[in-house]
Amino acid sequence: MAQLIWDGLFVGAFYSLIALGYSLVYGVIRLLNFAHGDLYMLGAFFGLWLLTALGAFPATLPVLALLVVLVVVSLATGLAGVAIERVAYRPLRQAPRLSLLITAVGASFVVEYGVRIAAGPNPQVYPLRLDGEALTLFGARFTPQQLLLMGVAIALMLGLDAWINRSRDGRAIRAVALDQKAARLMGIDVDKVISRVFFVGSALAGAAGVMVGVFYGKVDFLMGFIIGLKAFTAAVIGGIGNLKGTMLGGLVLGLLESFGSYWLGGEWRDVFAFGFLILLLSVRPTGLLGAREQERV
Amino acid sequence: MNLALRRFAQSRAVGPLGLAAAALAPLLIATPYSLNVMTSAAIFVMLAIGLNIVVGYCGLLDLGFAAFFAVGAYTSGVLSTQYGLSLVQTVPVVVAVTLLAGILIGLPTLRLRTDYLAIVTLGFGEIIRILANNLEITGGPSGIYGIPGLSFFGLGLDDPVGLYYTVLVLVAVAVLLAGRLDRSRLGRAWSFIREDEDAAEAMGVHTYRVKLAAYSAGAVWGGLAGVLFAAQMSAVSPESFRFIQSALVLMAVVLGGMGSSRGVVVGAVCISLVPELLRGIEDNRYFAFGAVLIAVMVFRPVGLWPRPSREPGRTARRSVPEPVSVRTEKVT
Repeated sequence: MAQLIWDGLFVGAFYSLIALGYSLVYGVIRLLNFAHGDLYMLGAFFGLWLLTALGAFPATLPVLALLVVLVVVSLATGLAGVAIERVAYRPLRQAPRLSLLITAVGASFVVEYGVRIAAGPNPQVYPLRLDGEALTLFGARFTPQQLLLMGVAIALMLGLDAWINRSRDGRAIRAVALDQKAARLMGIDVDKVISRVFFVGSALAGAAGVMVGVFYGKVDFLMGFIIGLKAFTAAVIGGIGNLKGTMLGGLVLGLLESFGSYWLGGEWRDVFAFGFLILLLSVRPTGLLGAREQERV
Repeated sequence: MNLALRRFAQSRAVGPLGLAAAALAPLLIATPYSLNVMTSAAIFVMLAIGLNIVVGYCGLLDLGFAAFFAVGAYTSGVLSTQYGLSLVQTVPVVVAVTLLAGILIGLPTLRLRTDYLAIVTLGFGEIIRILANNLEITGGPSGIYGIPGLSFFGLGLDDPVGLYYTVLVLVAVAVLLAGRLDRSRLGRAWSFIREDEDAAEAMGVHTYRVKLAAYSAGAVWGGLAGVLFAAQMSAVSPESFRFIQSALVLMAVVLGGMGSSRGVVVGAVCISLVPELLRGIEDNRYFAFGAVLIAVMVFRPVGLWPRPSREPGRTARRSVPEPVSVRTEKVT
């Protein structure tokens, strides 16, 4: 029981981290960034390449190497996210929403199969693993690296929350989310704000990709697809566009899956998650913490 | 583009000419391989026309369309192998089951706007694939095999030529029917919703019911394409119904021109034939597909062969985004 809860929370923390980027972008420009899950995959591969390039160094100081790689990969993935926004989304800002969604699907394909061209179709093994003795607490087995990764995830989330709510940038982002035209009239460079949002959202996804690579030890070019779906589900459960709700949604989804696959068997895990999504949308389309959306004219 | 070509593209002769070309194609090359490719292309046209009802006519983005394809193929596969029905006899059941599936997924989700629908349909597609992969009745990962071919009243049509012409006729009828739907009262309601859902609602269109109609009509078209697929392959497995398949159908619709039957038929034929012609790039074609999706949306949002506007010139200019080629003409 305690084990199930812990596993659920651990997976849920990753869902939250990826869902935050989704939610952030959605909150600001009302776009479902389909490529978001693939940016997470891209982050995992950037990490793989960087660690391979570093050679033997990471094995001597694994924690320090991990932090360095996290920072570098976040920057690289963030830039990739900005590039995607620039090429595929910005030209269509005035176009119907449907066109934007379609270019998002296109962007997702480009990233997925671009990595496939670069790295080949087979799963790759991660060069860095963190080892540690498993600890037992309240009957749940967990490892120090789980704690470390979860700590990093929580730190990133808290940082993001502070950035959105306390900083000057955050205020601009909230203004653009509320009313783009008015924000522009107030002298906010809307394009710049949107780029920044993409940068931060993608950087978080990239960091999550590295952490998952280090933890599970294996990455492949399609790993972002299902996680993207799950992250969206998490965002919707909590209330998309609402960052606190999104974090909560990730944890709830992780717990649901953990218990669901315990009761029904692992092969039904995804069915369980998406079934729950459909159910939830029919009962409470705004999610657990989401406010009623106001009409945007 | 010159005027004669454009006039020809809008003329009534295009449909019959295209059909005639498709009917004459086996006279040019009739190897079993080419017939197989052409039959697959025709089935793909059927799928694309079905999705066009949902995306093109009504403006609802469905990213799990392969699910209905799967439901149709599996329903007729199970019924014909386990209960000994002929494929034609399974058609009413397939229509009923896909309608039910369409309504089941549409009821809770169609109250929401496009983005939610897109992801939910994506999830629904995954659910169907996982179900097919894990249930006993669908044969698990290896699927169902030994599905009998098509036959009408004891008249077997399962040799490649017979199958091709049967599929061709059925698909032609399906294309025509979809076109009729578009011009019906319901079709006008669909395009109203596509253009401006709030205005449609304000003018008294029951948007929820009308969207549900589009969604379930698309589901039925997809399911019937599934029956044809089962007849052609005589086997179905979960592998055929991955997200890629849904994305390819969407691609055909977008490339051809959302809402335009002619464009979508051409788009579907291109999407299904090009990989056959370029066998070498098979593995990397999805990369190109993604790039083309973006490029089409950015540079030519209406597709290669857009639907002709039925509005009078002045209002049409206001509501339809001007095709890029027209703009460049004015400059030169």
